[in-house]
Amino acid sequence: MEKDQLIAEMKKIVGEENVLHSKEALYAYSYDATPGHIYMPDVVVSPGNVQEVSAIMKFANEHKIPVYPRGSGTNLSAGTAPLKGGIVLLMLRFNKILDLDLENLIAEVEVGVVVQDINDYVAPHGLIYPPDPGTVKTASLGGTICENSGGLRGLKYGITKNYVQGLEVVLANGDIIHTGGKNVKDVSGYDMTKLFTGSEGTLGIVTKAYLKLVPKPEAQASMIAVFNTLEDAGNAVSDIIAAKIIPATMEILDNSSIRTVEDFMHVGLPTDAAAILLLEVDGHPVIVADEKEKVLEVLKKNNAAEVTLAKSPEHKEQLWTARRMALPCLAKLRPTTFVEDATVPRSKLTQFLKIVTKAAKDYNVTIGTFGHAGDGNMHPTIVCDLRDKEEMERVHKAMDVIFRGAVELGGTLSGEHGIGLGKLPWMELQHGKEGMNAMKAIKRALDPNLILNPGKLIGEC
Amino acid sequence: MANEITAEEINKHDATLLKDIDDALANCMKCGNCQAGCPIYRETRKEFSVARGKISLMQAILSGKLEITKEFDSMMAQCLTCKTCAANCPCGVKADELILRGRHATIKARGLNPIKKTVFSLLSNRPLFNTVLRMGGMFGWLTFKDIPDKNAVLSRLPMPGMDPNRATAPLASTPLRAEYPPVIKVDNPRYKVAFFTGCTINFMYTDMGKAVIEVLKENGHEVILPGAQHCCGTPVHVSGAFELANEMAKHNIEVFERYECDYIVGACGSCVEALLDYPKWLEDEPDWAARAQNIADKVREISQFLVETGYKTDNLGAINKTVTMHDPCHMVRGIHVTEQPREILKSIPGLNFVEMKEHDRCCGSGGSFSLAHYELSRQINDRKCENIKATNADYVCASCPSCRMHITDGIVQNKMPQVVYHPIQLLAESYKLGKQK
Repeated sequence: MEKDQLIAEMKKIVGEENVLHSKEALYAYSYDATPGHIYMPDVVVSPGNVQEVSAIMKFANEHKIPVYPRGSGTNLSAGTAPLKGGIVLLMLRFNKILDLDLENLIAEVEVGVVVQDINDYVAPHGLIYPPDPGTVKTASLGGTICENSGGLRGLKYGITKNYVQGLEVVLANGDIIHTGGKNVKDVSGYDMTKLFTGSEGTLGIVTKAYLKLVPKPEAQASMIAVFNTLEDAGNAVSDIIAAKIIPATMEILDNSSIRTVEDFMHVGLPTDAAAILLLEVDGHPVIVADEKEKVLEVLKKNNAAEVTLAKSPEHKEQLWTARRMALPCLAKLRPTTFVEDATVPRSKLTQFLKIVTKAAKDYNVTIGTFGHAGDGNMHPTIVCDLRDKEEMERVHKAMDVIFRGAVELGGTLSGEHGIGLGKLPWMELQHGKEGMNAMKAIKRALDPNLILNPGKLIGEC
Repeated sequence: MANEITAEEINKHDATLLKDIDDALANCMKCGNCQAGCPIYRETRKEFSVARGKISLMQAILSGKLEITKEFDSMMAQCLTCKTCAANCPCGVKADELILRGRHATIKARGLNPIKKTVFSLLSNRPLFNTVLRMGGMFGWLTFKDIPDKNAVLSRLPMPGMDPNRATAPLASTPLRAEYPPVIKVDNPRYKVAFFTGCTINFMYTDMGKAVIEVLKENGHEVILPGAQHCCGTPVHVSGAFELANEMAKHNIEVFERYECDYIVGACGSCVEALLDYPKWLEDEPDWAARAQNIADKVREISQFLVETGYKTDNLGAINKTVTMHDPCHMVRGIHVTEQPREILKSIPGLNFVEMKEHDRCCGSGGSFSLAHYELSRQINDRKCENIKATNADYVCASCPSCRMHITDGIVQNKMPQVVYHPIQLLAESYKLGKQK
């Protein structure tokens, strides 16, 4: 189809002011937060309601034009990069919180709303929407649903899929379907809600969601512990869980991350420590007090060299500087930053961290690792310069070792960022040919013309 | 034909204009965190409105994928220079400065747009600029009508480039500097303080300037008002017309070098920031940069000066009102002065200080940005007005005449009761009330 005709058709559906097609505007939608993936779309279209999305999909399906749903474009897997040209479907006009049902603790929210705005909206009612990815202040709800985003509270509170109870979805052929709803229990039919959650825009366009909300915990206790060996830190993590305590957060920073933060921030971090653990338990004040004591005991038993308890919310912020600044400080080291999210069973944490450290050494690349120790979701962060071809080869070799290592330990390529394009080469390693075939069959069934975010997640189909 | 210029050559040429910021641009990791704070992105939610988008576009120019077009120019223009992106960037990228480089490259490649060309040629001719604005003030009543109690006016006639319903500041019938002798003497001066008035205070908000002079006198300082001082150059610099801005900087350096003074004070965050930044503007000319540094060392924002050198608090009269404060972008993220104006306001007896939500968020003015993008800057300002409304304050203080003008417009449009002042005006008023006791 001619580009001019496509643009004219899109204008007919959504109105002239909601179609962008200048070369400059198209370039601004050629990338997301993933380094090294720039592809020019043919048109950027902002629909204002589900009927418009349906009309766009019908047209695109008929003419086999690729469609890439996009929110804020902050994902780390090239999930919104318009790989094969076509239509970038900008969902940010879906910007309303439609309803807050306090009897069922359900929020009905359009996908263009920023996740933090949902939290700000429900906070006065003493509620929270727990998924809190690092991009909570910028990411759109739709993006976090499609990527099934996690965050710091994953261990205790789960991830996006645990809070999405129903969806409105436009299929590749333009059909509008509704999955799930306000029912806590619902076993009527396939669990389509879960299927679309985490589908990275390859199976349908999500337009609206029913979100489960939970009461805000009444009390918190936070602490930071310093360890001289990775083994001690890893054992402390396992022992805390074994003691039947599920902290809201349990974060780890490796030595490389600690040194980098200290170099930039000068906050007095122990630069010779092998690892730092940051922990928070939350809930009823009585239980929090009890769990705090138990955690302290476990930390001591596992040779924590130093443990500091947060005395106030401000003190906690100060203690958590190290975690908050880990990515920014690592990013400042070099121009390009790959934040990976390979995840292993938490019992294999120490082994995995050793694989990462060895890969960095073997291929002479800079990797700082921090992440969610409690759920084994690590962020080996590789900093480099995309413009240096030779260095990039070494970076990819190191990545290969890390991903293979994670899979061999019974882990997964991605805990929360998604596959997109970046981790495609290792998909078969984790899922096998049969696993890939099953996924491809689902894709072909729902999107026979392969127009939805083509080439991502399962690759060519 | 051999002499024909090809598109490829244009792209190559455009790329050279940004070559030296290649590394600075590459430091942006495209995380998109700048979306969270950008006042323009919050309204438009378009990628090219936010720093990440603009940086990407500049990189596309550098790599020859795009050329510098009118569209590129208009995207680069969508920035308030509020520095929120830079202040919150995890990679420490100073996107605001890089965007100015993009604007500079645009001027190099495409020339200045016609309206700016006219305004800047007026600015580059100081005597003519002074005459025009003075005449405007003398005949202001012909073209503007007063809005009672707001020190604001509405245009009676359609003005080019201005929304007819917009409340603006009145042009003073006599500019500030024409009302005073060049040196205002006091007995046994504590310090000799030169006052950099800036254009808006000199030609429009003379009440702010008078308050500064009164407060300085009250505290035993001699005030010097160099008559030949000129616009600080900020409007020109932020448009990317660096060469002209640098000429204006040099003029001001020469003017202030002629006076023996201990300090140079300003009452506008943007002007003060410019004076402090002159060494950076002129870094390619080391001699000038050194002279600029000598000047910059003496520069203080008025509240900063008062708190640093001490000011009288024993003779203050009570102002029984509630006040809230807006932190102008160039005060909070430019020169990092936020505590001093608060300290001054809180020292005034009777005055009840209430902090507003998002007090450091841009008011949407962005100097000339609000002229070119009035509707957008109004939307941004409406949010500021809502935050002001929630405080139930009588007064709003802002250490920037441009913010004062834009917030006043917002208050008029939203039919709110507040009046906007510079903090120093309340201090001057308090001194005055103290004497009446």
